[in-house]
Amino acid sequence: MCLGIPGQVVELVDANNQLAKVEVAGVRRNINIGLLDDVAIEPGDWVLIHVGFAMAVIDEAEAARALEGLQLMGQAYRDEVALVRESRIA
Amino acid sequence: MRFVDEYRDPAAARALVRRIATLSNGKRFAFMEVCGGHTHTIYRHGIEHLLPDGVELVHGPGCPVCVIPMGRIDDAIAVAEQPGVLFTTFGDMMRVPGSSGSLLDAKARGADVRFVYSPLDALRLAVDNPGREVVFFAVGFETTAPSTAVTLRRAKAEGVSNFSVFCNHVTIVPPIKAILDSPDLRLDGFLGPGHVSTVIGQRPYRFVAEQYGKPLVTAGFEPLDILQAVEMLLVQCAAGRADVENQYTRCVVEEGNPRALAIMAEVFALRPHFEWRGLGFISQSALRLADAYADFDAERRFAVPGVRVADPKACQCGEVLKGVIKPWQCKVFGTACTPETPIGTCMVSSEGACAAYYNFGRLHREAALSVGARA
Ligand code: SF4
Repeated sequence: MCLGIPGQVVELVDANNQLAKVEVAGVRRNINIGLLDDVAIEPGDWVLIHVGFAMAVIDEAEAARALEGLQLMGQAYRDEVALVRESRIA
Repeated sequence: MRFVDEYRDPAAARALVRRIATLSNGKRFAFMEVCGGHTHTIYRHGIEHLLPDGVELVHGPGCPVCVIPMGRIDDAIAVAEQPGVLFTTFGDMMRVPGSSGSLLDAKARGADVRFVYSPLDALRLAVDNPGREVVFFAVGFETTAPSTAVTLRRAKAEGVSNFSVFCNHVTIVPPIKAILDSPDLRLDGFLGPGHVSTVIGQRPYRFVAEQYGKPLVTAGFEPLDILQAVEMLLVQCAAGRADVENQYTRCVVEEGNPRALAIMAEVFALRPHFEWRGLGFISQSALRLADAYADFDAERRFAVPGVRVADPKACQCGEVLKGVIKPWQCKVFGTACTPETPIGTCMVSSEGACAAYYNFGRLHREAALSVGARA
């Protein structure tokens, strides 16, 4: 459950609730970016996502590295991705 | 170095392994990796077989699923089984055994228990099901606690009155201190947790260096990160230094995330003490909801038994969590206790030492034995 999954910001969808749409694990889902309030997040940025919240801004190379590591985890990562796909944060 | 070939940069890994061998110079070192994510990487990639004989990695208590005591699972089930409750949880918690089964068993008996990816998904369920009491089973260290806090703020702002949180968030520093104070263990340093440190930063670890004279290096989750952090620890040991250093600068900054810390401070209060599986009661080691959020506190909203339940006799998770024994030294490991039928918590989450060793580590160990490498 402690995984950080990289995702790429597609658009900012709800300034009030600090939600952004990200491309993560092959799907587009909303996440909360409010914990990174001090950083101006823009479409195209990569973030590390934990339980539906952006926890750090990362660069593209780090995103690729993190993804590679996650894929090696096998089942634990697949289970997490299945939950991401069902996520309906709004 | 048969395991190195699968690394992203085998040449860099080989160079680090050589440096580690030179620096350790035949002497004995024991370093604790606090975080379960590190334990997973270490077993997944056979890192312990790359290190010289004298350099041992000891697994620590940093898996939030593993440290939840049995009584809290029983409490969760008691809440989940109340009429009208829709109980939501992260996947890993579903299979953790309580004294009479897991949440999965409660679900089979008819309780409405559902997996969610995020606390915000639980809040969404509450908004969509106004006739139900939606409870979120919050677990996790400072990595996860800010997410619960933001969700609670939103629930309060929107007046979602059928939403509450059963709070089991724990903090990372008190168990590190408990381990440093425990007479069982002689450690030469720590690999500091990665994701937790994105939130709390590096400052809270200073006591490890200043009061206990042990080095701590915060590390990332790749095999190369772990090797580099071990090398940084050995450099400190060789120089007779004890400092708090950061290997995971890609994600962790010195001051952490002040905004996340401020939101946590608003929504949570420290519990005077909290029971940890295998470690017993540790003071000021867990969070409850602050009084301003009392209406959203499942422990105040529902009758929670709150009974302390002893761990099963066969279970040695406590010793595993303190690094006193290795997973395979537990008497029920791989026989009565497997990921399909876990007896203890460490066999449930992929970050638990027993599950990581069962799924990956033992294969490396067998391979290492068969080629005559260090086992
Ligand atoms: S093998 Fe099972 S009971 Fe033994 S320490 Fe590991 S999780 Fe606990």
